[in-house]
Amino acid sequence: MKRINRDLKVRKNFHQAKWDEPIIFELTKKGERGILVPKANSEIVDMVGDGVSKIPNGMFRDEAPKLPEISQARVLRHYIRLSQMTLGADVNIEIGQGTCTVKYSPKVNEQLARLPEMTEIHPLQDESTVQGILEIMYKTDIFFREISGMDRFNFQPSGGSQAIMVMAAIARAYHESRGEGDIRDEIITTIYSHPSDAAAPAVMGYKIIYINPDENGYPDLEAFKAATSERTAAFFIANPEDTGVYNTRVQEFTKIMKEVGALSCYDQANANGLLGVTRAKEAGFDMCFFNLHKTFSTPHGCGGPATGALGVLDYLVKFLPGPLIDFDGEKYYQNHEIVNNPYSIGKVRLFNGVAPVVLKAYSWIMSLGAEGLYEVAKIAVLNNNYMFKKLMSLDVVDAPYIVGKQRIEQVRYTIEKLYNDTGITTEDIQRRMMDFGMHYWSSHHPYYVPEPITLEPTETPSKEDMDEYIATLEHVFKEAYENPEIIKSAPHQSTCHQLNEESFDDPKQWAISWRSYLKKTTMQES
Amino acid sequence: MSLKGFKSHPYIPNSVEEVQNDMLREIGLNNLEDLHAEIPEEIKLKENMNLPKAIGSEYELKRHVQDILKKNKTCDSNINFLGGGCWQHYVPALCDEINSRGEFLTAYGGESYNDFGRFQTLFEYQSLVAELVDMDVVNVPTMDGPQAVATALRMAGRITGKKEVLVPALMDKDKFMIINNYCKSALRLIEVDYNIENGQLNLEDLKNKINNQTAAVFFENPSFFGFIEENGQQISDIAHEAGALSVVFVDPSSLGVLKPPSQYGADIVAGELQPLGMHMNYGGGQAGFMATRDEEKFVMEFPSRLFGVTSTIVEGEYGFGDVAYDRTSFGHHRHEGKEYVGTQTALWGITAGVYLATMGPEGMFELGQTIMQNVQYAIKKLDEIENIKASFFNSTFFKEFVVDFNKTGKTVEEINKSLIEKGVFGGKDLSKDFPQFGQTALYCVTEIHTKDDIDKLVCTLKECL
Repeated sequence: MKRINRDLKVRKNFHQAKWDEPIIFELTKKGERGILVPKANSEIVDMVGDGVSKIPNGMFRDEAPKLPEISQARVLRHYIRLSQMTLGADVNIEIGQGTCTVKYSPKVNEQLARLPEMTEIHPLQDESTVQGILEIMYKTDIFFREISGMDRFNFQPSGGSQAIMVMAAIARAYHESRGEGDIRDEIITTIYSHPSDAAAPAVMGYKIIYINPDENGYPDLEAFKAATSERTAAFFIANPEDTGVYNTRVQEFTKIMKEVGALSCYDQANANGLLGVTRAKEAGFDMCFFNLHKTFSTPHGCGGPATGALGVLDYLVKFLPGPLIDFDGEKYYQNHEIVNNPYSIGKVRLFNGVAPVVLKAYSWIMSLGAEGLYEVAKIAVLNNNYMFKKLMSLDVVDAPYIVGKQRIEQVRYTIEKLYNDTGITTEDIQRRMMDFGMHYWSSHHPYYVPEPITLEPTETPSKEDMDEYIATLEHVFKEAYENPEIIKSAPHQSTCHQLNEESFDDPKQWAISWRSYLKKTTMQES
Repeated sequence: MSLKGFKSHPYIPNSVEEVQNDMLREIGLNNLEDLHAEIPEEIKLKENMNLPKAIGSEYELKRHVQDILKKNKTCDSNINFLGGGCWQHYVPALCDEINSRGEFLTAYGGESYNDFGRFQTLFEYQSLVAELVDMDVVNVPTMDGPQAVATALRMAGRITGKKEVLVPALMDKDKFMIINNYCKSALRLIEVDYNIENGQLNLEDLKNKINNQTAAVFFENPSFFGFIEENGQQISDIAHEAGALSVVFVDPSSLGVLKPPSQYGADIVAGELQPLGMHMNYGGGQAGFMATRDEEKFVMEFPSRLFGVTSTIVEGEYGFGDVAYDRTSFGHHRHEGKEYVGTQTALWGITAGVYLATMGPEGMFELGQTIMQNVQYAIKKLDEIENIKASFFNSTFFKEFVVDFNKTGKTVEEINKSLIEKGVFGGKDLSKDFPQFGQTALYCVTEIHTKDDIDKLVCTLKECL
């Protein structure tokens, strides 16, 4: 047999799973059952009857919901097929979702979180019956104190954006406690921090001031000084920001906040490249949060369940949502004093947040220890700068701002030159990268960097993985000059072809449910 | 310098030293320290953090965590009657099978061309919940039920341009705090009284408190105390006459037997998805949804992602994407978009979809029926115990009910402690949050409770009193 010629650098023969699966409602067949439900014991029925005839007048549902009727195996097959049509981190070289810190999520942690000792406990159980999970939550709090330098953690916020909202609520409560609640109504953030650093404080009633970067990509210190006043409540910033540029003068910013009596709030969604290297406390922050579904690998779950572990310095503890988990030397307990004090912001999520996520973060930290976390940060930054160097050597790739320095965790690149030369946009490249099984993300909106790409390798990929990603990008860039049509009409090897997107912004056409789709398309046909 | 890394760790391929050295050479650096040259020296850690040493193997890690978790006593090996926002239902095997698929577990923010399955499953979840609540628009899920209510109320505030909302006084205190923290800057919450004999919302008090500043009247069905609110249509009518919206919180597990709020005048329905296929997870299974009619004035006020179906350039092919993306804070308007959006509980949305597709209309009816029969039996049997009254309110109950222990001479706390010793988790103690009712507890009975379980509760309670 002739040796089969394989180009291992670029997966030209890739094709995403494409099952052409119907919408679940199209699978319905009257009378089919997916599962049988327990019936009440016959003695109960003898005593109370059918149960539903006691429903008050007019409150009984006389027309059943139009849910599909499908046998169990077909339901399973439908969802398994759809899972195969989803490019999770388990199946691709996950570099292309910059700022999301999509890394390997160890399977053992998932197994542990699915034990009945985790899944079958009710949040209102007596403390004596939930010592295990309380111990995990308490110890994870202690770990995060060490990782950040903060004095206390709370796991109620169930995502990074909710943690930002809680920081803003704490800032509000803090200033109210000092009689300055009405005066301090402004929050400062930067254009390269996450949009939620502006949007969530706005929900808490704050006016938002954005700081632009200076020519090196650092938040403009002079503009920052000019923006601060007695009206400033707090400063919300990521560091590194989305560009991967680390603000070397961060302490000057937090110092200015202290001088004007405002709080410094650290969005540590991008903390991965700094674990064991530097901490929120030493940089002068009053509060910070970590996304356990990102840096701590718990994983992302298509967008939650998640945790934005929120840490504060001691003088802000009394404002935290309660309860907190404490240990009295013998047993772990929920400390309700915090939520009962007049300063607490109360609650932001039911019960104690997402405990299985905290459990997975605990297990991940225990599998790495301090040396492992330090290794994570070092390798995430090594990988990032390896890619940075390789990509910057390409003629069509550039990255705005400071040159000759390392970027932490991620880089926001630009392919403006490629666009100017060929008319191919970053969205076009994004669709084409899918033909090779790769994610590729541009940027938050609006695009401050023209034709942006944001890449974040984390510590997970090997050198070979990164070389494959880079080779694929190079291949596609070359296509842009030689065969632009294949890019403009991409994707070709994906789950579906280009969408007709105009309906998404047209109230007459958009279809947010199957029943809406049926109504609107029926109307159009008649 | 006493900072040390962990070489050749299984989760970090490039922690192999030779590879590191190769890579460092390629980027023109001498050692790993140079990678963080940007960080000012004075804020760099000089020692490794003070954390426990890494556990030596995956096996030992598993043993270690399992040993801690074994200290938990589960609702599987005891009989649980706790509810109050998180309820013990049967989780069909398909739900766990699908939400543990690595593809779904580890996906995140990709486009529909690569995360197609994520888009379709969430579109289907929206569509399935839409049928359950008989409305046309449902969001990609939010944090939990109270968050869904908070957003529904802020939506009502923006739609009506008004600043007050009326809420039931008989409401979970934690839920009230969550809503209040979220709405504080835009809305004032005003409590509406209840009828003392049956707990129903007091319509006279509602009429007194509603005015031209009322953005929404909010009520729950079933209520926090488990009874079915009977005057849904009247409450909605009163709201509408005053130019306010009717916002209703619903337990979706009731909707096989109870009329959905859209059929008694609700403009926005909010609810908790946890009963639809999520384990209790010590409260980690919560997820919230909102639903409205398909009208631009509602759709454009959602802060959440809304996935829509569309055609593609190829005939016969479905595609999915974000509807009206620019209304969200991910769009061009950032903080001027609607509230904020971010990572919430998408995997639980997918799971709720699997649950509803598996249950079908028949399953949802039977679920509701079994729950109601079991509850009616439990109330009857508990009422037979001397000094206990399980029919505290004269109303019809869905899956929770209030048990009055005032005449026993014991506190709910004392009673629950004795029950635990006999393998029974008694209902949520209401005495702190609702002192006006003295020693009462909120009991929850669902389809997972057998007659023996309920009989054991009755028997054990008798022994404890």
